[in-house]
Amino acid sequence: MTEPNGKGVLALYWAASCGGCEIAVLGIDDKILKVAEAFDIVFWPCAVDGKVHDIEKMPDKSIDLCLFNGAIRTSEQEYMARLLRAKSKALVAFGSCAHEGCIPALANMNSREQVFQTAYHDTPSTDNPFGIRPQTETEVPEGTLYLPLFYDTVKTLGQTVQVDYYLPGCPPEADRIWEALVAILENKLPPPGSVSGATTTVCDDCPRTRTEKKIKEFKRTWQIIPDPDICLLEQGLLCCGIATRAGCGALCPQVGSPCIGCYGPNAGVADFGARMMTALASVIDSNDPEEIDRIITEGIPDPVGSFYRFSLANSLLRRKALSNHRLVAEAVPEGG
Amino acid sequence: MQRVSIDPITRLEGHGKIDIFLNDDGGVANAYVQVPELRGFERFCLGRPAEDMPNITDRICGVCPEAHHMASTKALDALFHVDPPPTAKVLRELFYSIFYATDHTTHFYALGGPDFVMGPDAPPLERNILGVVKKVGMEVAGAVLKMRRDGHHLIKMMGGRPVHPNWGLPGGVSRGITEEQREEIERLGLDAIEFGKFTIKLFSDLVLGNPVYVDLIKNEAYVHRTYNMGTVDENNHVNFYDGMIRVVGPDGKEHAKYHARDYMQYVAEHVEPWTYLKFPFLKKIGWKGFEDGVDSGIYKATPLSRLNAADGMATPLAQAEYERMYDVLGGKPVNHTLATHWARIIELLYAAEHWVELSRNPLVTGEEFRVLPTETPTEGVGSVEAPRGTLTHHYWTDERGILTKVNLIVGTTNNNAAINLSVRDAAKGLITKGKTITEGLLNTIEMAYRAYDPCMACATHTLPGQMPLEVVLRSPQGEVVGKLSRGF
Repeated sequence: MTEPNGKGVLALYWAASCGGCEIAVLGIDDKILKVAEAFDIVFWPCAVDGKVHDIEKMPDKSIDLCLFNGAIRTSEQEYMARLLRAKSKALVAFGSCAHEGCIPALANMNSREQVFQTAYHDTPSTDNPFGIRPQTETEVPEGTLYLPLFYDTVKTLGQTVQVDYYLPGCPPEADRIWEALVAILENKLPPPGSVSGATTTVCDDCPRTRTEKKIKEFKRTWQIIPDPDICLLEQGLLCCGIATRAGCGALCPQVGSPCIGCYGPNAGVADFGARMMTALASVIDSNDPEEIDRIITEGIPDPVGSFYRFSLANSLLRRKALSNHRLVAEAVPEGG
Repeated sequence: MQRVSIDPITRLEGHGKIDIFLNDDGGVANAYVQVPELRGFERFCLGRPAEDMPNITDRICGVCPEAHHMASTKALDALFHVDPPPTAKVLRELFYSIFYATDHTTHFYALGGPDFVMGPDAPPLERNILGVVKKVGMEVAGAVLKMRRDGHHLIKMMGGRPVHPNWGLPGGVSRGITEEQREEIERLGLDAIEFGKFTIKLFSDLVLGNPVYVDLIKNEAYVHRTYNMGTVDENNHVNFYDGMIRVVGPDGKEHAKYHARDYMQYVAEHVEPWTYLKFPFLKKIGWKGFEDGVDSGIYKATPLSRLNAADGMATPLAQAEYERMYDVLGGKPVNHTLATHWARIIELLYAAEHWVELSRNPLVTGEEFRVLPTETPTEGVGSVEAPRGTLTHHYWTDERGILTKVNLIVGTTNNNAAINLSVRDAAKGLITKGKTITEGLLNTIEMAYRAYDPCMACATHTLPGQMPLEVVLRSPQGEVVGKLSRGF
C-alpha cells in the first residue's frame, strides 16, 4: 500500500538479535532523513510508533518493504516473522542473524535442556536451591504470568518464511545498507532470493600482500604477532577472507585481526564451512594425509566455531542431532 | 483483581513486558517486569577457543559491544596470565572512553532525554528524538550527530569496525595508532569536552531550571534505598576500565571493596519462574525478595550508583558537576532514580576529559601494544563498567585454551531486581483509587524503568529505553475491560 502522499510503507523489526543491526541503520547518519522522506515508517519498535495489533489489522501486502533482523528462537519471534511476511510485499533478511543464524545459532550445538541446565543451575554464581526454571505460565498470588516458548533450535528467517532478499553482515556496514535502500528507492531491485552485495571475497578487498606461499601449521591469534603487510592466512592465522563475501572493505585484516566470516559465504556457495575447508586444503603444504590431519586438529581445535561461527543454522548441518523424539517435537513449528 | 499489562506491543512481542496487578481498592497490588528471552551464551561458548570470546560475546549486545569486547579481553589477560604493556592499557582505556562518551550521548538525547526536553505529558508522537530536534533546533541536532559520528569513526579507526570491533587479544591489542591518528583523536576529544559542557548546560536550563521537573526527580515514588555498585580507582574515583569494585549501602556506608576476580564471594544470582533473566544480589546480605533497604541484598549498578559508590570524579569539570549534583539533591548517596540521567551526563563529561588526557599520554603511540602470553591458560575474570552496570566475564579452559566453563554477569542484569522495585513503587505511587489511567501517567511509570537505560539487547533486545506500550485492563476473570495504546 503506497500512502496517499506517494510515499512507500516501511517496517523494521528485530527478533533474536543483539541490537547491532539497529545501530548499523542509524550509522547511515543524516541519510536516515532521506529514508523518512521516501517512506512512512509504520513499524519500528526502537524508534517510532506502531504496534503489533495495528499491523495485524493491515491488509496483506500493504507494507512495501520490511527489513527484518534477528534469528527465530522463540514462539513470539516466529509469530512476528509470519505476520510481517503476510503483510509485506518485499521481506528482507537484514543482517547475519536473519540471513544465517549468526552467533545465537551456535546454540544449535546444544539442546534447550542443556542451555537451561547451564543458565539456571550449573553457572557458579547461580543460587537456585529449589531448582526453579522459567516457565511459559507461572501462577503468582495476583494472577498468571506468561513467557514465550523457547525452542530447541535457532532458525533463520528464510527457514521460517519465504524471504525475498538477503542483506549480509554482522552487522551490515552502513554504506551497504544505503546502497540497498537506494536500489529499492530507485526500483532497481535484484531478482527475488538475491543476496545483496558483492560477488567477490574479502580477500579481493584486502590490502595485504599475497603470494602463493603454503603453510605447515596454523597459529592461534595469541601465538604470533603478525607482519602488518603480509596475508594473515599465509602467516598461519585462520583468516576467513578467502571464503567470505566482500562488502565490509576488509576491515578486520586492516587492524591486524583475521576475518571471522561475518558476511557469510561468497556468491554461489551454499555452505560456508565446506568452502573454507576446501580453500584451506589448497593452502596446506603437505600431501601426507596424517600430516594434514595433524596440522588441522592441532591448529584448528574448534572446527564448528571456526567454520560455522555465523552460519551454523543455515549450513548443511543446521544443528547437532537431537534424539528422534525431540526431532518430532521440533517439526511442529514448521517453516513456510 | 484487575491487571494492567504494560506490554510493549503485545504479549507476543519480544521486548520486555510489565504486568501491574490492581487490588480491589483500585490501588496497585504488585508489578512484574518480565524478560521474555534467553540466548544461552554460557552454554554455547563451551568448546570454543578462549581467544574467540571478544568476538563472540560482543554479539550479546550490539548497543554496547565495546563493553563486552573489553571485559572479555581483560578476562583473557587473566586467563593467560599475561600483563599487557603500558601502551596497550592506555589504548584500551582511550578506546573505552570514546565509546562511553558516544554511548551516553545516544541515551541522553535519543532515549531518556525526550521525557525531560519534551515533558512526560507531551504527545507521544513528539516525545522522541525528532521532537527534541524540533524543540532545541537543528544546531543542537547537528552537534549530537557529530558527536556520534566522531565516536563511531574513532572506534572503527582503532578497533576495526564501528559495531563489533575486532581488536582485543590476551596481552594487548591487535594494532596501535600513528601520531597522525593520535592528533585526530585529541582534536575530536576537545570537541567532545565542549559537547559535554554544552549538554550539562542544556540539562541545567531545561530540567534544573524547571521546578516541575525538580519535583519529579525528588518524588518519593522514584526513590529507592538500595546498595550501589561501581568500579573505583586508587583514589576511590569513578573508573570505567579498571580498578576495585566498591559497594556502598543506602546509608552511604561501604559494604565491600573487592577485586573483580573475587566477585563470587560478593554476588550471587537468584532465579524466578516468570522471567528468563536472573536477579543478582549481594551474597553476604542475601536474597530477601523484592524489597529495598540495608537488609535486602538488592543493588544497583548504574551511572548514579557509580557516583554514589565513589568519592569523586578524576577530572576537574566532571568533579565540579559531581559536587553540584550532590549539593542540589541533598548529599550522598542520592537514591532518586531519575537523577540517574544527571549522573549519566556527568560521566559523559568525565569520559570526554579522560579521552583527551589519554590521547596526550606519550605512551599512546608506542609500538609495544602487545606481548605474547607464555603461560598455560587456566581461569580468568575480566570486568569493566559497562554504561549500564558492572560487567563480569569469567572463563575456565583446558591447557589448550579451550573453554570448559563460562560465567557472565552483564550490565543490565545487575539492575533486574531494582528495575522491578522501581516500576512497582512508581506504579503504587502514581496509580491510586479513582485516578484515571492516562497515557502520560503510564509514561511517568515507564520513566522509572527508562532511567536505568536498560540495555535489553543484553537481556532482551530493546534499544535502551524505547518501549511502545499497550495497556490492557482486565477484570479478575481475565476479561478485557479497557484498552489504552501509545508509543513514541
